[in-house]
Amino acid sequence: MDLRLDGIHHSYGSTEVLSGISLDIPAGQIVCLVGPSGCGKSTLLRFVGGLEQPTGGAVLQVGTPPAGCLNPLTYVFQDFALLPWRSVRGNIAFALAPHRLPRAEEEAIITDVLARTKLSDFADALPKQISGGMKQRVAIARALAVRPAVMLMDEPLSALDSQTRELLMDDLVTLWTRAPFTAVYVTHNLSEAVRLGHKIVVLSRRPGKIREVVDIDTPLSERRHGDPALEAAEARLWGLMRDEAAAADAELLHV
Amino acid sequence: MSDPEKNDPPINRQITPQSAANTPSSPAMTPVRFRGGGFAPAPVRGVGILVFVLLIGGAEWGTRAGFITALTLPRPSDVFATLVELYRSGLLAEHMIPSLTRLIVGSLMGISIGVSVGVLIGLSSWFRAGLVPLVAALFPIPKIALLPLFVIWFGIDEGSKYALIAFGTFTPTVVATYGAVDNVDRTWVRMAQSFDHRWWSIVRGVILPAALPGILSGLRISLAIGIILLVAAEMLGAEYGIGAYILEAGSLYDLERLFAGVVILSALGVTVSFAIGLIERRVLRWRS
Ligand SMILES: Nc1ncnc2c1ncn2[C@@H]1O[C@H](COP(=O)(O)OP(=O)(O)OP(=O)(O)O)[C@@H](O)[C@H]1O
Ligand SMILES: [Mg+2]
Repeated sequence: MDLRLDGIHHSYGSTEVLSGISLDIPAGQIVCLVGPSGCGKSTLLRFVGGLEQPTGGAVLQVGTPPAGCLNPLTYVFQDFALLPWRSVRGNIAFALAPHRLPRAEEEAIITDVLARTKLSDFADALPKQISGGMKQRVAIARALAVRPAVMLMDEPLSALDSQTRELLMDDLVTLWTRAPFTAVYVTHNLSEAVRLGHKIVVLSRRPGKIREVVDIDTPLSERRHGDPALEAAEARLWGLMRDEAAAADAELLHV
Repeated sequence: MSDPEKNDPPINRQITPQSAANTPSSPAMTPVRFRGGGFAPAPVRGVGILVFVLLIGGAEWGTRAGFITALTLPRPSDVFATLVELYRSGLLAEHMIPSLTRLIVGSLMGISIGVSVGVLIGLSSWFRAGLVPLVAALFPIPKIALLPLFVIWFGIDEGSKYALIAFGTFTPTVVATYGAVDNVDRTWVRMAQSFDHRWWSIVRGVILPAALPGILSGLRISLAIGIILLVAAEMLGAEYGIGAYILEAGSLYDLERLFAGVVILSALGVTVSFAIGLIERRVLRWRS
């Protein structure tokens, strides 16, 4: 299943936030969205998953979700959004609950995703008992449990320290290499974008428009630190972003 | 409380030149002034009981020594004897059972309706717009003033007492509940929606558990008000019940029995508060 964003416009009151966004998200690829703060990345992601409606344009599903997919459009949130009164297992079960699966199947899914995210030993821990990196792995496990067609990730690693972020990026690459998933991945961090993105979409400052789409052809599993192609891509992205970010910053001062 | 003297930071207590004599030319060394700490009361065992013991012991001593006349304050040991007698004669159960039934039935009604209405106010624009002013109007009414009305509506027997307690516990429960619902982090709601949970499932699975701490602390207030109204209702018309017992003792100026009744009420209040504390500790273990 592909996704197509068709001429998305949006205004909050008199503030135009997004303007004329058209984009294809092909199956099996990770599309990174980068752009200056406040340019509407999170808003766009909420449109893609149907949590909010744009004032103009539409988000279209092209084709049908693959068989066995429970929740085609699944979010991973920046602040994890784990329910603190439920255990790790309980949080994953919460995502499965609306689908009323047979008990045994639900158990099997939970065991499987816990193993894939290396959380099997923490199934009964409460969120307050585990570290930030582990919390985000739980959130990723929860997203994997509903077998999404597209994962919608809003700065999933921003709340974590840089070492944990590196480890989790490796985990994401491993997960993707084993079973390629489709994702829209919002980030501020350009090195994250060049590490994980097949396609990097640079948005301009508010109102967000697509400034440029950068494709990176190196396979995910072969991307290493210090790879010249990646560094060149990152430098190019930074060049695009710098002016926008500086302009956005100056605008904030005038408000 | 911590001792202010002890906590006072040593300001600018310099290490004298002699003590730093081995490095003659080095500048004076001052320990960094401590300015953290405090604002974190820790549980102190036994102090609560000590306060009771001191007060009661003082009263006992005063009445025995004659500082306090029997008309001012009954002797605690006499009050205790009255309580024992009350228990032996079976009158205690006869008064407690109807009182507890009224309290439980009335407050269960008030709390369950209160929580439901509170959740609706917290989640629906229409209920909020329509009911918040109404609740604000009902809250300050001394509910006991409405007892005659309730007697007409629900009868002189148990009905009016249930209604009075239910009404009295309803308003604080509503206010506590919708305040707690307002404070529920909406990212959890969006998360639940993103996994296709429906309205009722979100209320049950996210809103209620997240609002539970606020609802429980509201419950402490609601139940204390419930006890007050229970006694008031029983004073105005009941054969049995703690309120009736106290009223009867009061009109005879039988201070021992009056105090025995008051002790029972206090014990009831402490028990309720303790029970809520236990529930909080059990169901709110997830909080850090
Ligand atoms: N519910 C809302 N009502 C009004 N304005 C909003 C709302 N949500 C977002 N905005 C505004 O829309 C703009 C885009 O917000 P959005 O959160 O999508 O930006 P972002 O690109 O995700 O920023 P960041 O990089 O800081 O996360 C901002 O100016 C924000 O103030
Ligand atoms: Mg954002």
